[in-house]
Amino acid sequence: MAQEAPAEEKLLHVSVSPHLRDTVSVPKIMRSVILALTPALIWAVYIFGLRALWLVLVGMMSAVLTEAICQKIMGRPITVSDGSAVVTGMLLVYCLPPGVPFWMPMVGSAFAIAIGKQAFGGLGHNPLNPALLGRAFLLASWPLHMTTDWRAPAMGTMSGIDAVTNATPLAVLKEAHKVLADPVSTTEQVVQAREAVAQLSSSYGNLFFGNVGGSLGETSALLLLVGGLYLMFKRYIGWKIPLTFLGIVMILTSAFGGADGLFTGDALFHLLSGGLILGAFFMATDMVTTPVTFRGRLIFGAGCGVITSVIRLVGGYPEGVCYSILLMNAFTPLIDRWTRPKRLGEKGLRQE
Amino acid sequence: MFAKKTFPGGSHPPTNKRRTQASMIQDMPLPQRVVIPLHQHTGAPAQPIVAVGDEVKAGQKIGEAQGYVSVPVHASISGKVTAIEPHLHPLGGQLPAVIIEGDGRDTWLEQPGEARQTSQSDSKAMVEAIREAGIVGLGGAAFPTHVKLSPPEGKSIDTFILNGAECEPYLTADHRLMVENTEEIVAGAKIILNILNCHRGIIGIEANKPDALAAMRERTRQEKELEVVALQVKYPQGAEKQLIWAITKREVPSGGLPMDIGCVVQNVGTAKAIFDAVVSGKPLVERVVSVTGPIVKEPKNLRVRIGTLFEELIQQTAGTVENPGKLIMGGPMMGLAQVSSQVPVIKGTSGVLLIPTDQAVIPEPQTCISCARCVDTCPMKLVPTELGKLVQHSLFKEAEKLGVLDCMECGTCSYICPSKINLVHLFKFAKAKILSEKRKK
Ligand code: SF4
Ligand code: SF4
Repeated sequence: MAQEAPAEEKLLHVSVSPHLRDTVSVPKIMRSVILALTPALIWAVYIFGLRALWLVLVGMMSAVLTEAICQKIMGRPITVSDGSAVVTGMLLVYCLPPGVPFWMPMVGSAFAIAIGKQAFGGLGHNPLNPALLGRAFLLASWPLHMTTDWRAPAMGTMSGIDAVTNATPLAVLKEAHKVLADPVSTTEQVVQAREAVAQLSSSYGNLFFGNVGGSLGETSALLLLVGGLYLMFKRYIGWKIPLTFLGIVMILTSAFGGADGLFTGDALFHLLSGGLILGAFFMATDMVTTPVTFRGRLIFGAGCGVITSVIRLVGGYPEGVCYSILLMNAFTPLIDRWTRPKRLGEKGLRQE
Repeated sequence: MFAKKTFPGGSHPPTNKRRTQASMIQDMPLPQRVVIPLHQHTGAPAQPIVAVGDEVKAGQKIGEAQGYVSVPVHASISGKVTAIEPHLHPLGGQLPAVIIEGDGRDTWLEQPGEARQTSQSDSKAMVEAIREAGIVGLGGAAFPTHVKLSPPEGKSIDTFILNGAECEPYLTADHRLMVENTEEIVAGAKIILNILNCHRGIIGIEANKPDALAAMRERTRQEKELEVVALQVKYPQGAEKQLIWAITKREVPSGGLPMDIGCVVQNVGTAKAIFDAVVSGKPLVERVVSVTGPIVKEPKNLRVRIGTLFEELIQQTAGTVENPGKLIMGGPMMGLAQVSSQVPVIKGTSGVLLIPTDQAVIPEPQTCISCARCVDTCPMKLVPTELGKLVQHSLFKEAEKLGVLDCMECGTCSYICPSKINLVHLFKFAKAKILSEKRKK
């Protein structure tokens, strides 16, 4: 597009307006996302040990390498320096149990990038969130590793939670509710289950600060919130998706999540556990795979909230953040089409 | 902050006005030679009515308007017509121009002040005087002013808006004019109200011009029909539809005109020109131009005769610290990049902007990451990312359906895009394509 002026004219550049461009670029956004995720990583190292750091590094490196190799093979320009593969690798490992063997982040990241992103044409063309797709792939292929390789937090686990097999608080809740709902449960079992639920409810502090078991990067709601708010402040993510997502989960779990009837559920507990904050702020806000319109983003967040709640309360899995986002990703093009804003002046559109 | 009026969307490019916002308008010395294009406005070009060899005086009509949407052009200096030939034009290419070699005496056809005055009770005569003076919108669009001041039978105007937003970065010509020529601008605004038989005039000024706001407020304190409004500093606050929305909350219908909703907008510079035309009988032969940019040694606001070459304006600012990478007529958001400094100032030249090479090169576009920044900021509430993809695939019909013709090429989407996609370029292309298809039918 830039055509040069005649040679005697000191070579003036000519291009179409605007002649001014914002300094925000894709690499800059990705760097900020990495920065926003870093506090949670430091925390993971603190509670799960150096192993957490190595897992994340392996995941990132595998993602970057896979991207470079795919692009090389397909003869596309190599764009690993934009940082998007690094973010994908990082996010994937954040939703793995901290005790998984090292080959898992490697395989997961490679799948996420090769199948979830490059197969569709690279950054900007992938319909589903690659990190979540990678996680779903790992869960489907090696369910045992993905559901049992938990690690107890270094400061000791919350009482009532078996650190090795049942480490996530949500799983405990799910078990307890099953017992409470089951008519053949013995009185003793019911008492135990009630105790477990009560203990969970008194554990907001632990959940908030992150002194719990769980996936590697999801434990500390506080640090994830700090990162999320930083991205909001930079305007790289909006409030619409996180707010509607979290809001709907809280409303639905409070309404239907209790064992003793309507509005006895523990919404705060649901909010703080199961990677909801991580998902709502860092994955449901992924630019490529979420709607671009104002109303579209409200619908997307609300949809994620509904699906997450349904999975948690009715479905077979304790959490549900991952699947809800993936499902809504699939609807993104449709949502965008339905929710185009009314143009300025469209109201009084002249009849021709 | 919240009380200031504004429109939805928009962005905040650095305003970069500090270097010239306090510098008094200086009269540029008379140019030796001027190149006056016959096409300086939207609409049909003027026809020359002088011949090579003719002696002309400043203010003398040298080109006659052709049709209704057209205005005459005038000699801006006294001297001799040496050529009528195509010359490099700031809107691109070579267009016919009258070239006048000055005699250095600056003799006017009619000395300003002694000239005939137009009765301010006769709307028709005033509109005619405005047209005869060759007045067009001086904000940059250069649309003939008499057309905007002649609403068709049955359309009444209840709100007149005087545009002092000057939202383009770097430019401060309107700002200085409001501070230094407050009197004439207000008088011009009153003439416009008179012509339109309208009793509500609102002067909209962006809040980053406190001295202009104060001067205008002070001067209009006794004027019942004029009100000054501070606008939020946001681009494109001065775009017609956005300004109307900010002030009246009315939407100009897609494909329609401000008149359709009872509004007329004029730029402050145009108001001053209207005052000159109606009260002193002086045609539009000069204007204020901000000559500025990061590499300009002494940026200035200059009062320049139409037809002066950019090169001479640049010399007035002591030149540049390095060779310019880009020369722009207008501001950085909507201005036009020039191939040469041998182009003349025309009526729509609000600024001459010089940009260093490292800022001149636009980065390579990457793929769209659907970040929605363009959607959030498009002041026309379009979905630029979607439109861009449609145009890239030559789906012009679909793009038209989604409103690409409503795009005003404000540049916000290209500016804000982290992938540096040249959306405006795509939309200009699509619009030209669609309009030429329409014309064929
Ligand atoms: S250039 Fe057009 S599409 Fe882009 S922001 Fe301006 S009006 Fe919207
Ligand atoms: S700003 Fe650029 S990258 Fe973002 S959605 Fe618009 S076109 Fe795509």
